[in-house]
Amino acid sequence: MNYEMPDTTTTADPSQDTPAEMTDDAAGYYSPGEPIVDAKAPTGPIADRWQDRKFEARLVNPSNRRKLNIIIVGTGLAGASAAATLGEAGYNVKSFCYQDSPRRAHSIAAQGGINAAKNYKEDGDSVHRLFYDTVKGGDYRSRESNVYRLAEVSTNIIDQCVAQGVPFAREYGGLLDNRSFGGVQVSRTFYARGQTGQQLLIGAYQALERQVAAGTVETFTRHEMLELIVVDDKARGIIARDMVTGAIETHLADVVVLASGGYGNVFYLSTNAMGCNVTAAWRAHRKGAYFANPCYTQIHPTCIPVSGSHQSKLTLMSESLRNDGRIWVPKNAADCEKDPRDIPEEDRDYYLERIYPSFGNLVPRDIASRAAKYVCDEGRGVGPKVDGVARGVYLDFAAAIERLGKDGIEEKYDNLLDMYERITGENPYEVPMRIYPAVHYVMGGVWVDYDLMSTIPGLFVTGEANFSDHGANRLGASALMQGLADGYFVLPHTIRDYLADGPFEKVDESHPAVVEARTSVEERINHFLNVNGTRSVDSYHRELGNIMWEYCGMERTEDGLKKAIDLIRTLKDDFWRNVKVLGTNESLNQSLEKAGRVADFIELGELMCIDALNRRESCGGHFRGESQTEDGEALRHDDLFAYVAAWEFAGDGEPPVLHKEELTYTAIEMKQRSYK
Amino acid sequence: MSSNSNMSLTLKIWRQPDAVSAGAMHTYQVTDVSPDMSFLEMLDVLNEDLNAKGEDPIAFDSDCREGICGMCGLMINGDAHGPEVTTTCQLHMRSFTDGETITIEPWRATAFPVIKDLVVDRSSFDRIIQQGGYISVNTGSAPEAHSVPVPRDDAMRAFSVATCIGCGACVAACPNGSASLFMGAKITHLGELPQGQPERDSRVVNMVAQHDHEGFGGCTNIGECTAACPKEIPLDVISQLNKDLRTALKHGF
Repeated sequence: MNYEMPDTTTTADPSQDTPAEMTDDAAGYYSPGEPIVDAKAPTGPIADRWQDRKFEARLVNPSNRRKLNIIIVGTGLAGASAAATLGEAGYNVKSFCYQDSPRRAHSIAAQGGINAAKNYKEDGDSVHRLFYDTVKGGDYRSRESNVYRLAEVSTNIIDQCVAQGVPFAREYGGLLDNRSFGGVQVSRTFYARGQTGQQLLIGAYQALERQVAAGTVETFTRHEMLELIVVDDKARGIIARDMVTGAIETHLADVVVLASGGYGNVFYLSTNAMGCNVTAAWRAHRKGAYFANPCYTQIHPTCIPVSGSHQSKLTLMSESLRNDGRIWVPKNAADCEKDPRDIPEEDRDYYLERIYPSFGNLVPRDIASRAAKYVCDEGRGVGPKVDGVARGVYLDFAAAIERLGKDGIEEKYDNLLDMYERITGENPYEVPMRIYPAVHYVMGGVWVDYDLMSTIPGLFVTGEANFSDHGANRLGASALMQGLADGYFVLPHTIRDYLADGPFEKVDESHPAVVEARTSVEERINHFLNVNGTRSVDSYHRELGNIMWEYCGMERTEDGLKKAIDLIRTLKDDFWRNVKVLGTNESLNQSLEKAGRVADFIELGELMCIDALNRRESCGGHFRGESQTEDGEALRHDDLFAYVAAWEFAGDGEPPVLHKEELTYTAIEMKQRSYK
Repeated sequence: MSSNSNMSLTLKIWRQPDAVSAGAMHTYQVTDVSPDMSFLEMLDVLNEDLNAKGEDPIAFDSDCREGICGMCGLMINGDAHGPEVTTTCQLHMRSFTDGETITIEPWRATAFPVIKDLVVDRSSFDRIIQQGGYISVNTGSAPEAHSVPVPRDDAMRAFSVATCIGCGACVAACPNGSASLFMGAKITHLGELPQGQPERDSRVVNMVAQHDHEGFGGCTNIGECTAACPKEIPLDVISQLNKDLRTALKHGF
């Protein structure tokens, strides 16, 4: 839910749009590469592009499909839907997940809903309007062809899910209910109470298990992909570890799909599941897949604050709470430890209402998040102190309870307030809730072309793991839409064009590229088990998270990012020499699993900082201190940064290579936003 | 603000190196436990201590840690997911008292063999779903979503039982190790919807056959399952399961 308010987009004021100085902040941290173009991007009228591409994409004869092997890593919405669909089409699919069942992937935790341009409310919605809202929400940093396609197939998703038995909310007449979400002016969000992600994932999971029974899909649960196999410049398989027995397995195929989710856990604390990681995507990156816009992170303003150093993850509360709750901190730092009920009205600072009188508590996610950070940085945060600083602000329902009654609030927010009480032990009907921002979603990911293929032929990337649809920020209720669009309706068409050349020459397990991949995995595992250092994996992960949150979180500056890069390099060096992983490879070893993931997060963290350093503009979820208006608002620089930053791995210790993909808009005009 | 008084606890935890070795209860002391910690964060802290001492950390499953993925699940003092109606990850230490001894075991059921320590294999649930816990509809073949209205009450009942997270607490709580609540929830979810009717008979017959094949026990209407269920799936889904099974058998399945 990005925009909680009416459309206030204004055309950029040219006087504010002063070009950034032509400084190259990241000079020395990267080397410039050739521009990259999306060779598969169709041209012509935007509404025809997907139809054209589907027609142009070659077909695979049904009798050939069973001879073609597809590996899919991840079983969230993007992975399970693709596995089910490709299995139904008759391909041989192997599906991998690190959880004990495909049904547990983290798509399950999405609460709010899924957008689709059905226009059931006859309120002026259309494919074009959903496209427009999504590009604008992404702050004009996404690819318009991809976004249009996303909006176009959104309606098919709802049909498919309803037919699968997904129990969406309905009206008394038996038809589907919609709500307005994220302040957009149309009601296009389909939902299943606060558990839309769970219901959609179970639908995809059941479709997947149906194909398991049909013999077209084989599932490998408790398996983690640890390396990509690239033979003759094509992705031909993966090395996976059986997390129960420790067996290092080689799986070969004609094509590999990564649907392995986002990397928010690089911040250690996030709303992601404990196991979410970047390893599959990062191993592919190291083998040649470009990584795009890694610095684009979405930070959600209404999470339950950290309660102590033991904290292992953060819990999101629906942003709809900002519709009725008033956000404040004490005016005086001296009042911060008082019972909030004893602080009189005149000593409270309702800072969002003060700074943004027209939108007040409903300013967009990134503005609300940064404002909370600033007041806490000033020492006016509330709640328990962690490492000496209280990081929390009040979200107060007292006025709303007076207006609507306790029952009114209960009815409106269902179990949200109970959930808060369960986690914090505080009753929000009596004491104001405390909230603080947390990392929630990443827009960056593996670079893909219009066909969702990476720069490694035969390696496709879908869902949150790719970068393509959300630009610099994602609208609420659009993550579920993208996962299912990619898996049910996009990939199955684009992958056939690649597979039409298959089956490819058989690869033997003794091929040098396979042996190399397998050996590198074994060596890495042996290294972790034999370092015998003094610090736990978690302690490194936590330290990395602190660095990222401090310097590459809500606000980034040149100095901070350079400092972060130094800190990360030192941390990386220490990690490889001093990590302590007990046990053996040949059994369930959760420390060993985490060691590999943290090693990759450390490398990713450095690239995120370099990307953020290079992008000396504020856009979407990325706010650069050096690029703001006089009023402290985000300032984009379309003249300098209207491009996708696609990073190529150049070797350990070598600066990454930056390839720019220019973004051009033919169907939409670029505008600057304003919320004052 | 919540209580600041930290606790000291004695933990008795099942340790088992792998599926084939014998296991045993081990005793650990934890101190300085904050009431604001979740139960799993308390175990995280214990594991950091064990790691520092060179002892193998305790293996346990968890993933989302917000009560929705169904990955976590421990028997805590003999109760599946512990004393509150919630998942283990959403249980907080304020539900315990200073000085208490807490017994922690894995799910116990023939159909959920232990993999290591507190981790069990629940793939039997996936195999039950494979036998009909779905509606057969290939991608792209679905009719327009509004072509089939669903009465609101039916849709709401379908939703309320579709909230099952597949954690297995019902099986662990059942003296018979039955998965009837899990199965009944799926049968009821799909059976309430018009889209679920064509396969209704075959679904229940095949799922029940797989359930029995996996080694789950029969239901004797004790009700421990529904008491342990973190999503409060009601017991009447088992009545629905039995009714659907009788109907299917009458139809000659």
